[in-house]
Amino acid sequence: MTFTLLAEGVVAFLLVAGGVFAFTGSLGMLQFKDFFMRLHGPTKGTTLGIGCVLIASMLYFSVTQREFHVQELLITLFLFITAPVTGHMLAKTGLHMHLRFITGTRGSLPELRDEDVGQSRVARPAKARHPWRTRRKSRLPR
Amino acid sequence: MLETALMISLGLIVAAMAMNVLRLARGPDVPDRLLALDTLYVNSIALIVLLGLWLNTKTYFEAAILIAMLGFVGTMAICRYLLRGDIIE
Repeated sequence: MTFTLLAEGVVAFLLVAGGVFAFTGSLGMLQFKDFFMRLHGPTKGTTLGIGCVLIASMLYFSVTQREFHVQELLITLFLFITAPVTGHMLAKTGLHMHLRFITGTRGSLPELRDEDVGQSRVARPAKARHPWRTRRKSRLPR
Repeated sequence: MLETALMISLGLIVAAMAMNVLRLARGPDVPDRLLALDTLYVNSIALIVLLGLWLNTKTYFEAAILIAMLGFVGTMAICRYLLRGDIIE
């Protein structure tokens, strides 16, 4: 009896915490000024909220049906692996498309230079440079 | 206690999805809308899990797994398209 009550309290707490975290992530995505600031909310807050909800579901079904459930753990693991990858790719896309940002946001695109220069299939062509400097830079090392 | 927590969580996640749809409608650039779609599918996974908790069935977890994998693949495809101009080079 007390164990069931304790498990119910833990499940209820995890559900409310997950809802609050998901709400906070989406609120950050709605209210921030900048794309690179807006990227912070969903990639951290919403992922943690979904993890809390899935772990609550796993605890609930493990207690009520008397057997151990791992499907929710699978979804949690998958989301926790893929969320940083998605955030990284979205940040690279935002840097690549030269999105406007407010003055407090730091960081620029020197990380993307190696991919921008010398590749044929980019959505936006690289800027024009000095021809001899470009030629010297793009020569392959022996 | 569990019913109340379920209702609170459902309301919060539906409000989060409404905010995602608002950002999807008024996002100034393409990556903003892409980020809104990404968060929308993650929130829909939570909504499906809460529906499974409410109806006390395990039927919907396969749908949640499918939405997770296909949403990730779709986001990656659109990111590749915006970055390189092509999905599979």
